Parts: sequence; structure tokens; C-alpha cells
Amino acid sequence: MHSPVPRLELLGITKRYPGIVACAEVSLSVLPGEIHAVLGENGAGKSTLMKIIYGAVKADAGTILLNGHEVSIANPAQARRHGIGMVFQHFSLFETLSVVENISLVLDEPFDLPALAVRVKAVSERYGLPLDPKRMVHSLSVGERQRVEIVRCLLQDPKLLILDEPTSVLTPQAVQTLFETLRQLASEGVSILYISHKLHEIQSLCDGATIIRHGKVTGTAIPRQETAASLARMMIGRELPVCQAPAYEGEKRTVLTVEALSLISEEPFGTNLEDISFSVNAGEILGIAGISGNGQAELMAALSGETTVEKHSIHFDGEAIGHLNAGQRRNRGLVFVPEERLGRGAVPPFSLSHNALLTAHRKGMKNWGMVRYSKAREFADQCVARFDVRCGGSGDDARSLSGGNLQKFIVGREIMLKPKLMIVAQPTWGVDVGASAVLRQALVDLSRNGVAIVLISEELEELFEISDRIAVLAEGRLSAAQPRGATSAESVGLKMSGLFDETSTSQSSEVSHASA
Amino acid sequence: MHLLEPRARPSRLMRWTAPLIAIVATLLAGSLLFWSLGKPVLESFEVFFIQPMTSSYGWSELLIKACPLILIAEGLAIGFKARIYNIGAEGQLIIGALAGGGVAIYMDGSDSAWVMPAMILAGAIGGGLWGALPALLRTRFNAQETLTTLMLSYVASFILSFMVSGPWRDPEGMNFPQSIMFGDNALFAILLEGSRVNTSIYLTGAAVLAFWLFNARSFMHFQLEVGGHAPAASRYAGFSSHQTVWFSLVVSGITAGLAGVGEIAGPVGQLNLNISPGYGFAAIIVAYLGRLHALGIVLAGLLMALIYLGGEAAQVSLQMPFAITGIFQGMLLFFLLGSDVFIDNRLRRSA
Amino acid sequence: MIEQLIPILAGTLAAATPLIFAGLGELVVERTGVMNLGVEGMMLVGAIAGFAAAAETGYGVAAGLPAGALAGAATAMIFAFFALSLAANQAACGLALTIFGIGLSAFIGQNYISYSLPGLKPLPIPLLADIPLLGPVLFAQDAVVYLSLAAYAAVAWTLTKTRLGLLLKAIGESPESAHAIGYPVILIRFGAVAFGGAMAGIGGAYLSTVYTPLWVQNMSAGRGWIAVALVVFATWKPTRLLFGAYLFGFVTILQFHAQGLGIMLPVQFLAALPYLATIVVLVVISRDRRVLQNNLPASLGKPFLP
Repeated sequence: MHSPVPRLELLGITKRYPGIVACAEVSLSVLPGEIHAVLGENGAGKSTLMKIIYGAVKADAGTILLNGHEVSIANPAQARRHGIGMVFQHFSLFETLSVVENISLVLDEPFDLPALAVRVKAVSERYGLPLDPKRMVHSLSVGERQRVEIVRCLLQDPKLLILDEPTSVLTPQAVQTLFETLRQLASEGVSILYISHKLHEIQSLCDGATIIRHGKVTGTAIPRQETAASLARMMIGRELPVCQAPAYEGEKRTVLTVEALSLISEEPFGTNLEDISFSVNAGEILGIAGISGNGQAELMAALSGETTVEKHSIHFDGEAIGHLNAGQRRNRGLVFVPEERLGRGAVPPFSLSHNALLTAHRKGMKNWGMVRYSKAREFADQCVARFDVRCGGSGDDARSLSGGNLQKFIVGREIMLKPKLMIVAQPTWGVDVGASAVLRQALVDLSRNGVAIVLISEELEELFEISDRIAVLAEGRLSAAQPRGATSAESVGLKMSGLFDETSTSQSSEVSHASA
Repeated sequence: MHLLEPRARPSRLMRWTAPLIAIVATLLAGSLLFWSLGKPVLESFEVFFIQPMTSSYGWSELLIKACPLILIAEGLAIGFKARIYNIGAEGQLIIGALAGGGVAIYMDGSDSAWVMPAMILAGAIGGGLWGALPALLRTRFNAQETLTTLMLSYVASFILSFMVSGPWRDPEGMNFPQSIMFGDNALFAILLEGSRVNTSIYLTGAAVLAFWLFNARSFMHFQLEVGGHAPAASRYAGFSSHQTVWFSLVVSGITAGLAGVGEIAGPVGQLNLNISPGYGFAAIIVAYLGRLHALGIVLAGLLMALIYLGGEAAQVSLQMPFAITGIFQGMLLFFLLGSDVFIDNRLRRSA
Repeated sequence: MIEQLIPILAGTLAAATPLIFAGLGELVVERTGVMNLGVEGMMLVGAIAGFAAAAETGYGVAAGLPAGALAGAATAMIFAFFALSLAANQAACGLALTIFGIGLSAFIGQNYISYSLPGLKPLPIPLLADIPLLGPVLFAQDAVVYLSLAAYAAVAWTLTKTRLGLLLKAIGESPESAHAIGYPVILIRFGAVAFGGAMAGIGGAYLSTVYTPLWVQNMSAGRGWIAVALVVFATWKPTRLLFGAYLFGFVTILQFHAQGLGIMLPVQFLAALPYLATIVVLVVISRDRRVLQNNLPASLGKPFLP
């Protein structure tokens, strides 16, 4: 049997950006009907590589072969004509347009929305991706939006489908449905490039894998024949670090109580919060699971004080604080680490010492309205040293730091404010494995010193690793928190799709029993 | 089409050379303009930019024009840092002038030493109130200050027109739309014999110092900059966006109002329809050209004053319309904004 | 009373025409996420170019409007180069264009100060013009007024019914996404800005060749800015823009009929009315943050570098 011609072959692809080599001499090959993983941690250069294949970024060097023929792909339209489809990690959909309108924008054919709607419906049903073509995209959940992206690719009859971190926005159940769709496509001869850093997913789905570290290929593997540990070694060069979480032995008092909190979102297509109640104790990490867009941003803003709410819906340390702004709450010991580091947690063009001033100005950095810049510098220097922030010094601009190092600085800055409560959203989003471990450990250590922590995250692994109790935020409502040991990823996953009405509570607990 | 790519880190060199590049580019484009009009290029530049500085009279006129520009630009820079675009300083100048002029008219003939201080105070209050109005509209009703400040400057010019052709018209002014000429104690004292340079220059000087200190050290200034660079970070830190809006619009209103008093109690000496040749708009360019920096604005103000003087000289010696100053101002702002881009970006290496 | 109303309403349509052109142009530009505050400058350049062309060629309005459109589009390209190719601050680039346009038009206009043009005779539409009240108001206007309605219809149809309209809206929401799926965002925005400039130029040329018809320095007197405000008031919808323009046309024309209507206010107050009305209208529409946010092109005014 002669070896088949690869659907896609990359030879020596190189891409440099100012100050960084995103891809160095990357080669890989995918067979027809193969599901091939590109495995690497955040910042390894996977996304850049995929954008090169899709024509959105131009490589500095290297060749791309499709079905054995060298091609040059100047732009995405050309990639689509070659039969390449791409599902972006940050979707390239337009919220103010309907599903069918979105899809029509990538098709090279006469403009006829009603006819297209019929085809959208047909394709979506055939591949188990139910969609209403007339719905506006802003009213769709993140999972549904992903379906739009996939259907949009399928309508162009692709020979190669690229998916960039497709499961980061899905519940565990939805991941399984997606995998079925992908297997069906592969069985029809479509090649799939599956980009991820999640080892167990790759093991259950992919036929082959190319592993990338710091922009270089560090190996190829057949995932099913590897262990998670061996894949991890290829991906990060060592074992996956594990977090140490001893039991909390201090005083158990309630620090934060949220009672019947409702909020109309300020954003045009935001989610309203409905009747949210929970409490957090000193020394405890409360994990709030859920897919972004289910009220996460609004809950975050209401807790931090960026949006003020009804006075008595939030009690902190015995005081009603719903009406206080973020600064007033921080004065009382409620600190907050937002999801966006650049532009919210830190001012990009400001030095670290100026960024220290942003929230730590209350620590003796002001005198009669004038700033004592030396104090700010001292504070920033301490923060850099204590939390191992890798940078040139506290004079560096925030935007020059890597995501992980800037996050360490922001978390460190807030910890140095000596809080009683820390609210933290997606602390390790886009952060490499090493820095993630440091950050998680820092949160655990902080809580064991008697600080209450609310951790809002999309990553179930992270929540199950360090939370003491887990609640789920879905469609603007919060489920009752359960101790980590008494719940499971499946049960949390079900709740993430909004199944936690009084009527369904028993049902979901049955599921969790069943899976236990 | 895609000319740029981001630099790994912003260029500090470009931050300070961008204004120089903009000036050179403006001069080049200006040469093209003179040449296309069939004027001798070098001679035109001589008339425009050199001649005004060859006499002590020229220098004194330069100061007179630079003072209001600098004063207004210092105030505007505060708001621009927070991305609050007050483009109606012209209106605030007019209302300040009206308030100050009103004091002069009602206290005409009084020999009280308080006339001048009262005029300055009234001008500050008038300008401040005209700036407070858009602040109210923005904070209370969310109406964009860009448009409201500008619309209010049109309104201000109609108020001025009404006052000088109605209630405050000089009864012996042959029906011209102008007020009486102010008495000596309603005018800033002349500093240099034989010129129009007067004590209002101290007002500008004091303002430059005050703004320099404010920009360098104050926490309020830090808050303004955070609001300009990253509004989400400002909310995150718990800084009040309303406070920022009020502060920047009222402060820039006050400086413009003071500049208005400086004009009517200085070179103009009365209220009439021509109290400002567009200083409120030109000061926008001065603020940017001076890098929103208190001392940079001083240099930029002098340059802008030179463009005004050059325009006047060109009118006399080259028979060119005074409107040429507007063309130069617009080009200067364009080239400045264009050069500024290269602080954070550089030209793309490969196509 | 009706007798008095007819000239006021008919005048309203004419007074609104420059605003309709300039407003529709800016509406299309803002739909793609670009905020060009240079409308006032482009109108003035269009006004003087149109006036000069009409005066020099002797073809009147037929030469004036195209010349205005060309000149407006050409000045808009200066803005486009700085604000789009170089991604400089859009608000400031728009201001620069206005300052530049005021200067340039006054500079060129120096030679045309004492000229006057014949203007344009009304073109009554047979039969329709004889309808009582409606006829003289709607159907006895000059040809450019009808053209403004055609322009409205064309823009409204393109924006809502065509793929191009969809694409403009998409780019206005997320240039990043549009770029990611392979559209030449900058090029399309260039096109929109050129269209906006041409429309502002036509609006200006109408002022100088038909409405007044004279060249006066700074003759647009803030209409460019009012057009920008109208786009906000219209929440980026052409039909609302049309009605907004008529509202302003009415307020503008009122000052000339105030005395006849027995309104005894100082002329300056009446002249200030359109500007005060702009503020009122902005306040009314902006008061509910949500109304604006739900319609605002999400990328409006934000620099985009692919």
C-alpha cells in the first residue's frame, strides 16, 4: 500500500514579529480524513500558525502544500477557495447581524438570503448542529455561535477544517456533541486540524498530533498511544505542576453575603442578573463556573463596585456596600482582579510603578492631593520581587510584560493591599502553564491566610483544582454552591447549560450520582 | 494600504521629534502651496516666518498672540489627556470676555483698584460656566461634549453679537456693533513702552507654572490620564468619571474665559465682534503640538502665534488672503497626528 | 394662516437639503465605524469648488454639484490617509480637516467674493404641483431637492437591502472580524469616506450655487457639525436622518418668517435656534444610554490597524 498524499503539508514555516519568533521552521502534515492535533500551551505559536494556513497572516519563510501541490495563500478568501475553513477562537461573527446574514458574508455567490437560510437549516441538521438562521447572533449562546462558525465553514464544502481551541467555550456535554460532529466530518474525508492545550480531549479525539513549544516543533505523536504525562512533557518540557491546598484552620466567619442581587446589564447585549444569593467565608475559595456571557461580566462588576447596585444586596464584613464604588469597596478590603489585564487591571502605556498607584495609592502614596512617586516605585519594586514578576524593573511599561507576568503583578498588587476578600476572574486565561501554577498557588496561599476568595472561571480543571465550593452561573442565575467533593464535572456541566431550576435540581443530582 | 506594524515598545525619540517632523512637513507642503500659487518660495517663507521676528515690535506682537493661545491650550490639554474633547473654547473665551467686559462697562468711570480683579474673576466664572454647561449635559444626559461645546460656541457668538449691537452698544459708536472703549483701570497695564505687551502675560505665566506643577505631581492628573488611556481601568480603580468630566471642562472653560478677558482688557480694549481670530480653535492644535505638556505648550503657542503673524504679513506683502493661516494650521495638525502614529508603530518592512 | 405656512414648509425642504446630503454621507461613513468630524470643512471646500465651477464654466449648477462632489471627496482623502492608513486619532483628524477646509475655502473664495450666480429655478412636477398645500410644498422645488430624496432612497435601500449594506454594517461593528474573514477593511472604509466627502461637497455646492447663491466665507455656518449631530440623533438610520434634517430645516427657516408670524425676538436669538436645537436634540437622544448603545456602530472612532 502506497502512502496517501497528505491533504496539507507545511514545510519550514517561519514567522517573526518585532522582538519574538512566533513560528520557527514548523513542519507538519495531515492526511485526508485525519483529525490532527496541534498541541501547545498558551503563547506557543499555534494560533499564528493557523492564521498562516488560513491566509490571515503571511509567513516570512516556508512552503504550504495542498494535496501535494505548492500553494500561496494570500488572504482568507483564497484559502476558502482552496477548501480551507476556519473556526476562530474569538469568533469572527457580527453580533448585530442574523445567522444567515453572517454566513452570507463569506460566500462567493449571489445575494439571496431566503435561499441561503434553507441551506443553512439543512446543513445544520445534517451535522447535528441545530440553528435558527433568522436569529440575531447577539442573542445566541457562545456554543451556538460556534455552531454558526462551523456551519459557515461547512457550506463552503471544506477539505480542511481548522478549529482553534474550540472547547474553551463549551460545557463538557457540548464537547461530546462537537466531537461527534467532527468524527462524522472526518469519516466523510474532511481533514481536521484541531488546536488545543487540553490533553484528555486530544487523546479522545485525535488520530495524530504535532506538539509545539516556543514556536518550534518538539515532537509528533499518536495521542492514544501516549499518556497525559508524556504529552505534557513534550508540551511544556516537564511534568504538569500540581497545586498544594492544605485545609484552612483559622476562624470561619462569613465575609461576603450576596442576597437577592438583580441587575439590568448596561451592555447592549449583556445578560441580566436574576436574584443571585451566596456567601463566602474567610479561608475559603468559592468557585463560580459557567461560560462567559452568562452574566459573568455583570456579576464581576456588581461585586467589585464598577457597577453599583442596591445597597443591601451586598454585605461585606457586616456592612451593606451595594451602593459603594470600586474605590470605596477597596478601602474596606475588597479587592478585585479582572479578566482583562491590559486596559482594566493595568494601564498599558504606564510603568509598573504608575500601575501600582492605580489601586495602591491608598497605601500612603498621596500627600495633599500630590503623588509621592517614590512610594509607588517602592511598592512596585516589592511586588515585582515578591511575586517573581519577570521584567526589567518597575519602570517597564505594563504592555511590555507577558500575560503571565503582568497577571502576577496585578494579583500581587492586590494581595499587597492586605484584603479581606478577593474577587478574581479567569486568573490564568492565556497564561502559560508555569505562571498558571504560580498564580493558583498564590490564590490558595492567600485564602489559607484567612482571606475569602471568589473565583470566576470557565476552566473546570482550574475550579476543581483549587475551589472549596463550586456554584454555576448560567443565564444570569446562580446555582447553590456545593462542596467540591460532592459534585462532579458532569453535574457542573449540566448546570452550565442552565439546568438548575427547582424542578431540575433533583434531576441533575441524579445525573451526578449516576456518573459518580 | 497597510503601512504600519506595531513597535515592540514605543519610541521615546519619536515622542519628542514628532512635532519637529510635523513642522518640517508643514513647511514642505507650504512650499508646494506657495510654488503652485506662483509665489517665490523662499521669499514667501521669509515674509511668513522670518520677517515677523526681525523687529522688536514683531516679538512683542508674537507674545501678545502667544499668551491667549498658551493659556487656553493649557486648559484644553487637561481634558485631552482624559479624552474629553472641548472644541468650544472659542465660546468659553467669548463668554469670559462678555462677563469681564460687563464688569468694565458697569464700572466705567470708577477709579477703584478692584475693577481689574473683578473683571478677571468675572471672566473666569463666565468661561467656567460655559464649560460647566456641556459638563452637565454630558454627566446628566450623556450628550457628547464634542458637539455640545461646539454648538455652544456658536450660541456664544450670537450672544456677543446681541450684546454689542443691543444693550452694550456704544451710544457714540456710529451704530457699529461694539461697546465703549474701556477706561485705563479696566485695561492691563502696558509692560513695554511702545508695544501692546501688558501685564496679562503674568496671568499666562502663572497658569503655565500652575499647570506644570499639577501635571507633574497631582493625583488628579494621574486620574485624568488613566481615564484617557484606559477608561475601564479608571472604573476598576474607582475613579469618578463625572468628576473628570466636570474638572476638565470647567478648568478649560476658566482658562479660555481668562484669555477672553486678556484680549478685551488688552489689545482689543472693548467688546466687539472680532475679539478672537479663532484662538479657541488654534489652541487645540497648540495643545497637541506641545505634547499636552505644560512647557511644550509654551513653545507650541509661540509657533502658532508666528503662523498668525506670518499670515498677517503675507496679507500685506504677498497679497495673500489671511485664510492661509487656517491652511497652515490644518496641515500642521494633520502632519502632527500622522507623525504621532510612529511613536507606537513603524513602517511595515515587507509588503 | 395656511397661506403663510406654504412658503415656510417649502423653504424647510430647501433648507434641509444640504443637511440631508452631508448627513447621509456621514451616516454611511459612521456605519463603517469611522467618525469624520471634518464635514464642515468638506462642505466648505465643496461650496467654493462648486461655486467656482459654476461661475467659470457658465454651466451653473450642472457643473457646480459634480465639482463640489469631487472636491469634497478629494479633501476627504486627506482625512482617510491620516485616519485610516496611519490610524491616527479620528476625532482630531476630523478637526484638522475642518480647520484646513475653512482656510482653504476662504483662500480660494477670495476671488469670488463679489460674484453672484443665477441659482436654480423650481421644477414643478406636472399635476402633482397643483395639489393644494402639498403641491407647492413638495412638488414645486428645485431639482436638487428631488435629488436629495433620491439620494436618501438610494442610501436607505443600499444599507438595508444589499450585501454591500450588510458588509458596511459588519465592518462598523467589528473591523477585526471583517478582516479575519478576508475583507479589505481599510479599502472599503476609504470608499465610504470618499462617498461621505462627495455628499458633503454636494451639500456645500447646493448652498453656494442654489440656496444663497453667493460665496460667503464660512457660509456653511456650522451645518457640517449639525449634520454630524443629526447622524447621532438619527441613531444611524437614514429615515430618521431625513426627518431630523427637516426639523432643522424648519428651525432654520423660521427666523426668516418670525416677524410675519408675530414672533418678536432679537434676530440673534432666532439665528442661534438651530444650534440650541442641536443641543436639545442630542440631549433627548443621548439621555437613554441604551438607545444609543444599541444602535452605535461598535467600532466607531476606534483606530484599526490590520
